[in-house]
Amino acid sequence: MRDAHGIQAEGLAREFKGGIRAVDAIDLEVAPGEIYGFLGPNGAGKSTTVHMLTTLLPPTSGTARVAGFDVVREGAQVRAAIGAALQEAALDPLLSGREHLRLQTALHAMPKAQRRQRSETLLERVGLTEAADRKVKTYSGGMKRRLDLALALVHEPRILFLDEPTTGLDPQSRNALWSEVARLAREDGVTVFLTTQYLEEADVLADRVGIIDHGRIVAAGTPAALKAEIGRPSVEAIPADPADLAAVARTLLRFGAPVPGSPKGASVRLDGGEEALADVVRAFDAEGLHLQHLQLHAPTLDDVFLAKTGRSLEGAGDELDAGPEPEPAPATA
Amino acid sequence: MTSPLLLQVTHLARRSVVRTLRQPLNVVPSFLFPLILLAVNVGGLESAARIPGFPADSYLDFALAFTFMQGALFATTNAGTDLARDIQTGFLNRLALTPMRSAALLLGQLAGVVALALLQATLYLTVGLIAGVRPESGILGVFVIVFLGVLIALAFGAVGAFLALRTGSGEAIQALFPLFFVFLFLSSMNLPRNLIEIDWFRTVATVNPVSYLIEGIRSLIITGWDAQALALGFGLAAGIGALALAAAGAALRGRLARS
Repeated sequence: MRDAHGIQAEGLAREFKGGIRAVDAIDLEVAPGEIYGFLGPNGAGKSTTVHMLTTLLPPTSGTARVAGFDVVREGAQVRAAIGAALQEAALDPLLSGREHLRLQTALHAMPKAQRRQRSETLLERVGLTEAADRKVKTYSGGMKRRLDLALALVHEPRILFLDEPTTGLDPQSRNALWSEVARLAREDGVTVFLTTQYLEEADVLADRVGIIDHGRIVAAGTPAALKAEIGRPSVEAIPADPADLAAVARTLLRFGAPVPGSPKGASVRLDGGEEALADVVRAFDAEGLHLQHLQLHAPTLDDVFLAKTGRSLEGAGDELDAGPEPEPAPATA
Repeated sequence: MTSPLLLQVTHLARRSVVRTLRQPLNVVPSFLFPLILLAVNVGGLESAARIPGFPADSYLDFALAFTFMQGALFATTNAGTDLARDIQTGFLNRLALTPMRSAALLLGQLAGVVALALLQATLYLTVGLIAGVRPESGILGVFVIVFLGVLIALAFGAVGAFLALRTGSGEAIQALFPLFFVFLFLSSMNLPRNLIEIDWFRTVATVNPVSYLIEGIRSLIITGWDAQALALGFGLAAGIGALALAAAGAALRGRLARS
């Protein structure tokens, strides 16, 4: 059953000691039952936002309501309505998967019979029944993430926060987690707030995406709409003979404005869209230029990030800072 | 039906005990080192028992109480390190997102300390009895020794929990271990205070609460039922425990900082 409330934030901000403004007055609106992808590089403010929305960190200013409750004044109600799997699966390596679930269900004060039943259901759902009695320190990264998700779902939350749930996972584990998250939203009507630095993850999973950079939301909308804003595709050409690079670049400039690409070639955003590709090929032929590689790139969320920030998302975190986001640890607001 | 608080305490306590017992490299030294130090001290200082005015016939009888203090010190670092690890790994955040009460976390966390202290006290006493120690307070005194030993470990464990919550760092707790050890050595652990000849040492040992904790246990072994020693031992252990628990509670509220 879908909840009537999702997530709303207005002017939400968090400043840390030393004046570091990790989140800078962001506005958010996540509809009930929606998967919202919060995309940004390392250190952009994603985790700090999640910590504020889950009541773990008081905002410095602004307001936020989660499941209809104010995150500052109604923290207990917010926590009762949400589940969260935060960055780096926080598990006890000395406990088994089943022991984790037993503890989590007890902390939610479930009756004994329900605790056992819920634990078994969740272990089965995330494919950990066979490994349930093994200590978590023997689990793979994917298994830990699945257990983390199961723990977040113990009390059947209406809203689920997933902070970079697939970071470090192999493609198979990533796909399995995506399927489960999609199922939760589509079948159970759970609202999902998902942070990620993976473009593909946001593209595949999210109904809508918010792109955050330097603590500010620089773009928001459906992936399709955001890409449509960028509009035209780009084409990249790499000459067979590196000496022809300048000539190739000159030829391409007739068809559009340059965009960043491989240093071995030249790229332009096509003014005439995909239809111009045939003309591009004919132009190279007419100039007698031989190409090693010619590729049409449909707009991606990385293009959106590039257009909004002037930088590519890939590697933007390295450029932002040498370390992770400021630790969302205690501090009085 | 079990109250939510009791259910939370029970399961957090269970976790604390389970993970304490699943770390043999942390647990075994807390059993062995105090006994090794006891053997070294007794071997080297047995002749001290012949000093006029020495309160026991055997140095072993006198020194056995110290093993409880050293065991309690291990409890401090184990409890502190475990809690600091929960903070560092984000496990505390996981707990903070549940309806868990702060009191449940602290009480549950200290259950592991109590379990370890019980096992330690039983082992130290068993070894002492095998080696010939016969507590003057009799069978009932044995139980009181165990009880006071556990209470002291609980008080020290609460200090460890407070430090973990303040610093959030297991390394910081480990780094404080030598400092705690200095406290133990600057007490009446090796000699009764009235036989310490160096003035400053005697003064420090007299104001050091650790002396009275040791003397509380020691009185049950070498004296019998000494009301003053027991009152001081139990009173200080309870006082340190209460203060440390209150400080740890306040630190936990600050650490969670949830709204």
